Amino acid sequence: MFRIVKSEMLCENISQIVVEAPRIAHTCEPGQFVIVRADETAERIPLTISDYDREAGTVTITIQIIGLSSMKIAKFQTGDFLADVTGPLGQPSEFVNEDIEEVRKRNYLFVGGGLGTAPVYPQVKWCKEHGVPFDVVIGTKSKSTLIMEKEFTEVGGEHYFLTTDDGSYKHKGMVTSVMEELIAEGRHYDVCVAIGPMIMMKFAAKTALAAGIHTIVSMNPIMVDGTGMCGACRLMVGGEVKFACVDGPEFDASLVDFDGAMKRMSLYKTEEGRAYLAAKEGDTHKGNCGNCD
Amino acid sequence: MAIDMMKKVPVREQDPKVRATNFEEVCLGYDVKEAQDEASRCLNCKNPKCVEGCPVSIDIPGFIQEVKNARFEKAAEIISRSSALPAVCGRVCPQESQCEGKCIRGIKGESVSIGKLERFVADWARESGIKPKVDAPKKNKKVAVIGSGPSGLTCAGDLAKMGYDVTVFEALHKAGGVLVYGIPEFRLPKDKVVEPEVDNVRALGVKIETDVVIGKSTTIDALLEEEGFDAVYVGSGAGLPKFMGIPGEQALGVYSANEFLTRNNLMKAYRDDYDTPIARGKKVVVVGGGNVAMDAARTALRLGGEVHVVYRRSEQELPARVEEVHHAKEEGIIFDLLQNPVEILENEDGWVRGIRVIKMELGEPDESGRRRPVEIPGSEYEIECDTVIMSLGTSPNPLIPSTTKGLDTNRRKCIVADEATGSTSKAGVYAGGDAVTGAATVILAMGAGRAAAKGIDEYLSGKSE
Repeated sequence: MFRIVKSEMLCENISQIVVEAPRIAHTCEPGQFVIVRADETAERIPLTISDYDREAGTVTITIQIIGLSSMKIAKFQTGDFLADVTGPLGQPSEFVNEDIEEVRKRNYLFVGGGLGTAPVYPQVKWCKEHGVPFDVVIGTKSKSTLIMEKEFTEVGGEHYFLTTDDGSYKHKGMVTSVMEELIAEGRHYDVCVAIGPMIMMKFAAKTALAAGIHTIVSMNPIMVDGTGMCGACRLMVGGEVKFACVDGPEFDASLVDFDGAMKRMSLYKTEEGRAYLAAKEGDTHKGNCGNCD
Repeated sequence: MAIDMMKKVPVREQDPKVRATNFEEVCLGYDVKEAQDEASRCLNCKNPKCVEGCPVSIDIPGFIQEVKNARFEKAAEIISRSSALPAVCGRVCPQESQCEGKCIRGIKGESVSIGKLERFVADWARESGIKPKVDAPKKNKKVAVIGSGPSGLTCAGDLAKMGYDVTVFEALHKAGGVLVYGIPEFRLPKDKVVEPEVDNVRALGVKIETDVVIGKSTTIDALLEEEGFDAVYVGSGAGLPKFMGIPGEQALGVYSANEFLTRNNLMKAYRDDYDTPIARGKKVVVVGGGNVAMDAARTALRLGGEVHVVYRRSEQELPARVEEVHHAKEEGIIFDLLQNPVEILENEDGWVRGIRVIKMELGEPDESGRRRPVEIPGSEYEIECDTVIMSLGTSPNPLIPSTTKGLDTNRRKCIVADEATGSTSKAGVYAGGDAVTGAATVILAMGAGRAAAKGIDEYLSGKSE
């Protein structure tokens, strides 16, 4: 059992939980994720790590409430226990294990969309702590859905660019429009890391790749065990089958088959898809699977 | 009624038509009378061949004589000297090619039903509340066991009996490894059989820490250098599922057998009170012919599908146990033999709508000694289906070798370990089971765990001197 140290709603449908998990907090790095099981009957859901405190032995996870499974987790209060938190899983971000001198010579462009804002945070924080130059672009639907503004302002300062789809706060438009502006201003980037909804990553990657920037995206397919056993998270990367849980979750965007991945995801992430699933899964479809989230 | 000495006392099973619609155990096991009758068939050989056939060398005639004389507790004690998981082994060991395969009774008639007797004794002991005992003095040395499957549990149990302080690390949320995620409820009941056997290992003083992925949450090097463990046993099991690399494998409704079985067994998708879903295919094609393929097929059948097993060789070459194939057929699984998939077909929603297969014929024997299947040109046709389950085996998980300094792997990426002692290229690190051999059986993994426990004991005893 894993004790929740803090649980709070960041906006109407996004909850953030700080949980005691000393082993994970001790070894996790930016880019990695955990598998969470709320209680005995719940699913195993992959969630990216959005912060960690090695000394306190805690990790922070951020969850968007869509289905009942995410609701289950979000309902937990400070002092409650999660049945299981396993990890850290997946490969750390590329720069973590590279020669830091080389990494410092590069300029990074981080792009986060919606819930994808959360996993961008530990990467940006790491860069700040290690003296790696970066800009970070965060996009969200509107002011009311914005998360972690304080944290990003602290580590990002003048390198933090915010945009809302509806223009209710700061810049108006998609993340790609900010990316284009920054590039047009003559800013040079060596690496772009884009995390968010699949469609956002596809277009952010397109924009960055068109500017000749090496681009990384973080894939979040369906998983069951998360340790390389079930193969549910397989996706095509550079024409090869890869497992997001052990080979990823971050991949070279130029090699990712976004449309194929979106097709697999669409089933779980759209209304029509879920209705379709309900028919296929019969009475085993409980309508509350974490994968619908 | 007199006992026919030439034949096994038949074991009661659920009716095939009934069991095809439920997840209750297929085989009902012997009652006391049946067990004693069957035990009376044992010749109590002076030089028992059956023991040679057992990877953990259970004193088979010894325990069977006790059954015959209705001293079941004594029988259980004899088995527990050699096996930590008798209720499991009595159910899933391939006895026909091991102990029973060597039984002298089997020369003229049917061998003694050793597996069913083992199961009877183990079930009797559990129902009677008998727990294994430890009386060895504490050794004040710590051993880490990675993986709580059959290999890890056996190694851990043996070491605990010798007095070692043992901690098992399990990546999943539940202990048992393949016994929990892989083998279905109808062959191996989880709450009734697996959990109590795991508890028996705990009763020996073994600690089990779940949700720890070695190679990620911590490493073998950290266990040895920072957490004070004196030796490590790697029983991490098989790994990533294989796919064929044919078009359409990314379609929705294509599962690996591991995913399909994990959803159903570990996550209990078949039960209403658990959240995890699974595709209830109306027409399901399982590709492969091993025990895992049989488990996947029989699970899909119970979820309500018409199930076809597509296998590229003939029935004779099916790698699954004869009993499993027999049970599958009884339940209504259709075997499409000598055919091989060439493409998975999708509908406009991206969901599986069929599979295109090509017919095969058997040619010359290959390196495995089995006749090589050869495609018959122009024989392709489509099988309509909405779910495809790929059961083609696994390739080793690189997590541990890639994070442990000085741990050698072979060409197949399996950990290299000495068969007799389990020792690896790294001092203090031992390995066995599927992580070393590639996918094999429960009992072979247990045998390796047992050998490694001896190896570790020798290593640590020598170290203290």
